[in-house]
Amino acid sequence: MLVSLKWLKDYVDIELSVTELADRLTMAGLEVDEIKTIAPQFSSVVVAKIISVVPHPSADHLSVCEVTDGERVYPVVCGAKNIRANDVVPMAKVGAVIPGGYTIKIASLRGQTSEGMLCSAAELAIGDDASGILQLPADLKLGEPLISALDLEDTVLDISVTPNRSDCLSVIGIAREVAAITGKKISMPRVKMKETGDEITSLTSVTIQDADLCPRYTARMIQNIKIGPSPVWMQSRLEAAGLRPINNVVDVTNFVMLEMGQPLHAFDFRFLEEGRIVVRRSAAGEEFTSLDEKIRILPEDTLLICDGKKPVAIGGIMGGLNSEVKQDTRVVLLESAYFQPASIRRCARKLGMPTDAAYRFERGIDPGGVLRALDRAAQLIAETAGGKVCRGTIDEYPQKVVVAKDILLRPGRIRDIIGTEIPAKEVVRILRQLGMTVRPAGKGHYNVTPPTFRVDITREIDLIEEVVRLYGYDRIPVTLPSAVATEMTDIPRPAMEERLRGLMTGAGYSEIINYSFTTPAAADHLLLDEDDERRRLVAIKNPLSEDQSVMRTTLVYGLLETMKRNANNGSFNLRLFEMGRAFIAGRPGELPQEKNILAGLLTGAQSDNLWGAKVPVDFYDLKGCLDNLFYDLKSISVRYRSEMSEPFLHPGQSCGIYLHDSLIGHLGAVHPEVVERMGIRNNAYVFEINLDIFGIPQTERTVYTEISKYPAVTRDVAFVVDSVLETDRILDIVLQQCEDLLENTAVFDIYAGKGLEEGKKSLGLRFSYRSYEKTLTDAEVNCAHEKIVSVIKNLTGATIRS
Amino acid sequence: MIGKLEQLKGEAIAELEAASDEDRIQAVRTKYLGRKGLLTGFLRNIVSVPDDEKPLFGKRCNEAKELLSVRIDEALAHLSSGRKGDLLTREKIDVTLPGRVVRAGRIHPVIQIRREICGIFSAYGFSIVDGPEVELDYYNFEALNIPKDHPARDMQDTFYIDDNTVLRTHTSPVQIRMMEKVRPPVRILSPGRVYRRDSDVSHTPMFHQIEGLLVDTNVTFADLKGILTAFLKKVFGENTTLRFRPSFFPFTEPSAEVDIRCVICSGRGCRVCGQSGWLEILGSGMVDPAVFVNVGYDPEQYKGFAFGLGLERIAMLKYGVSDIRLFFENDSRFLRQF
Repeated sequence: MLVSLKWLKDYVDIELSVTELADRLTMAGLEVDEIKTIAPQFSSVVVAKIISVVPHPSADHLSVCEVTDGERVYPVVCGAKNIRANDVVPMAKVGAVIPGGYTIKIASLRGQTSEGMLCSAAELAIGDDASGILQLPADLKLGEPLISALDLEDTVLDISVTPNRSDCLSVIGIAREVAAITGKKISMPRVKMKETGDEITSLTSVTIQDADLCPRYTARMIQNIKIGPSPVWMQSRLEAAGLRPINNVVDVTNFVMLEMGQPLHAFDFRFLEEGRIVVRRSAAGEEFTSLDEKIRILPEDTLLICDGKKPVAIGGIMGGLNSEVKQDTRVVLLESAYFQPASIRRCARKLGMPTDAAYRFERGIDPGGVLRALDRAAQLIAETAGGKVCRGTIDEYPQKVVVAKDILLRPGRIRDIIGTEIPAKEVVRILRQLGMTVRPAGKGHYNVTPPTFRVDITREIDLIEEVVRLYGYDRIPVTLPSAVATEMTDIPRPAMEERLRGLMTGAGYSEIINYSFTTPAAADHLLLDEDDERRRLVAIKNPLSEDQSVMRTTLVYGLLETMKRNANNGSFNLRLFEMGRAFIAGRPGELPQEKNILAGLLTGAQSDNLWGAKVPVDFYDLKGCLDNLFYDLKSISVRYRSEMSEPFLHPGQSCGIYLHDSLIGHLGAVHPEVVERMGIRNNAYVFEINLDIFGIPQTERTVYTEISKYPAVTRDVAFVVDSVLETDRILDIVLQQCEDLLENTAVFDIYAGKGLEEGKKSLGLRFSYRSYEKTLTDAEVNCAHEKIVSVIKNLTGATIRS
Repeated sequence: MIGKLEQLKGEAIAELEAASDEDRIQAVRTKYLGRKGLLTGFLRNIVSVPDDEKPLFGKRCNEAKELLSVRIDEALAHLSSGRKGDLLTREKIDVTLPGRVVRAGRIHPVIQIRREICGIFSAYGFSIVDGPEVELDYYNFEALNIPKDHPARDMQDTFYIDDNTVLRTHTSPVQIRMMEKVRPPVRILSPGRVYRRDSDVSHTPMFHQIEGLLVDTNVTFADLKGILTAFLKKVFGENTTLRFRPSFFPFTEPSAEVDIRCVICSGRGCRVCGQSGWLEILGSGMVDPAVFVNVGYDPEQYKGFAFGLGLERIAMLKYGVSDIRLFFENDSRFLRQF
């Protein structure tokens, strides 16, 4: 809401400086976003005095003047007739810019030099009079810039009005607040007009068919008007508020809306068929052309203002082209109504017409101010368009607008809410300052009736807020709650997430945050099957772009996009992770399933060093990171199984991650086709772990196991097996032997190639044996070892490489 | 005899001093101290020493052997340290070459802020909770006293999934879900992602919020001021000046916007604070009685306060980031700095 300081001062005395005023308003809840100075569109125009006027020797309609600004005398050629010696007038000096962008230069007019220009009010756009040079008061100081001499500057406050304060969407509304804050009285504009026209009821009528949407409709008629521009003072008020002047009638309706907060509409009475107004709901599919010349299909239940035959306005939102006030309009019907706020909002949104009128109606206008605004506008139209106001008012008010009355206020409740005592006298003073009626209601309580424009105040808590707001939040003490800590405990997942974060960053992975929405094409890029649940997309109805139109069902796509963006910036060695949600659409009427996922990506070289060996990362680097993560969480039952493969992973270099036979995630090289489709240049390795299935690892009580005092004996064996045989197969066999003396089995070598048959590989395993009771002898170790080796040979067909 | 011993000792030391390598030194040891060594054998001459001199002679013999033994050890040690020194010199490396390291990863700056804030409120007994990001209109709006067709919906531009489902525009719906589940006292903190249909230098369609809620029988606006004052001083420093300014949120009343003195210009007015000298940091207020009614709490019995803040905004101020979109571009050159 843009509020001109000069306009504001029409209704309330302001002794504060602009910044103080802005500060006080802000601290009372009317936040001033910006303070702007506006000035007329000219410069270097000064107060000057005409010394002499003589006719131009060679042009009848021109005069040659000597003009002084108090310092110098200038020759000025002038075409106006209303100038005489000793007149004080505005002079645009050489170099001045006047409205329209015209720059004053030294000129020669029919042989006479002119060093400046004397200006009319219209030429300076500070008044309407174009008939002659603007005559200034004789006591002005010569040479003073006209802007300061006539106080032509204004200050505009840009105030953000919260949705509850519909009463502050007008200059008078802001003035009331200023008055309440500063303890001043507000002076309302006096509405006085002569009703010299015909009796209105003899000319027109108003019928309200749908009173639920239009509880009140009032109208006046003004005859014999002459359309023209509105006076400059009104235009400058409108412009300060950000509105464009149109003509005297339309400007009056806008002016009164800004002044009082009541939107108004003026119809050209000529175009109202049957000369009457009918207020009704729209039927399905009705068409209408609004003032902005757009043809609109009206949603059902839109409130229409109609004449005897057809719609002429969308009630509370915009007038129609068919009844617009035009240059030759002679009679206007002026509407001032109260429309049901929620209905206006619904229709304005559906139609995409957030007009100034709709904005005010949907927030709730003052039901007690409808007639006053009507009269004020009628008066101003009569004054500016020279018309005759018809006798009488039409006031159809079939449904009483409910206003709050006698709200019980318990001062003790104020203390309970804010934690300090505000004296009852102070409370009453503040409420009265805000225009409320306060009556004692016994037991120290009060019955409070807010003024009709405060539609936001209906409950005790609303009154309390008002009191505290004007009392000053800064006067409320600062204490700490005495309440004891609740017994609720954190959900364990955030703590788990923090731990994972520590492990991932420790392993060199940096955390990223991608948007939760993505492109629907992601599923295709990731080669997901048609029946993959990750194609069950949660779609956004009103996305900002196609790229952000569905909720992601996996974090992998975002990681790959991040990798691509970084590669474009020259960062190729990346270790990234993200913790966030993936969304799988639920059944209709159900919220989607939200999965909490930890995902990571690894690409580039093992080390950022440029010296030394340049080793590219591979599957085992990423797997090692996960191994360590599960090791830290003591999740020893995690297994990797190659039979599970994600469509977006390399089928030969990927696996499922299982915990107690539940699939908790996957890990592997990104499928070459995905790499190609996404236009990423390097190999990448990714993983995802569903944290909801992984759960929170049970923190079992740690029990110390005795460390053996005896040395371990190791035996290295190289098994020659089929290349496709997985190491886990052999390690499982070893585990199944339950050999007590076997402490550990580790892979120490993998070899394939020269010296081995095609299709075979050598798998070197180191077995460590140890006893808790004694130093093992060779014979004891051999006994256990040979048994294990022979089982492996039997079950896998392995041979021993010598 | 003792004179002879001294002479022998002198010869031995002279030979030792002349010995330049380990072998020669060891030869000296064998010659004098070996099983058949000259000094070892010299004790046998004790038979030819008068009885009263025998103890002294024995003592001198042992002293001589000991001295020589020590000197031999010293010579060997000296020799070996010299040789090792050469070796170590040859093994010198350039310690200023960069280390072979997998550099530690960084926690995302927004999450670092979240950690810090959660830590502060945990100390005040707040529990961390969360809720769905795709949320029912009821929890996101209606239960929070924002009916359909209410102008307050304009305050948050909403992404819709369908007529009844939205991407949550704030973390406040978690309040409602928690209060439906538990009876007061309630002290919760709900951090998380939120979504608004907005995108420019200072808005991204997704960002992070933390919402706090405290409900009990005797909670006041003064307590709200107390907790938030303490909190903001912890985050922005003990000397932070703050102000509580009346505002409007449908689910709190009275409501307060909390500003801090601009951390960039200290209140003189700059681009970051829009020349006002103040920075809006969080929204807060006393829980509106209508919200309590919606969750079945008696508004006469219970009072509470709630507050919410955007984490990116705090991160931008603390780290001097001027474009919020940087947080979601995940440029490693950006992430590395935090």
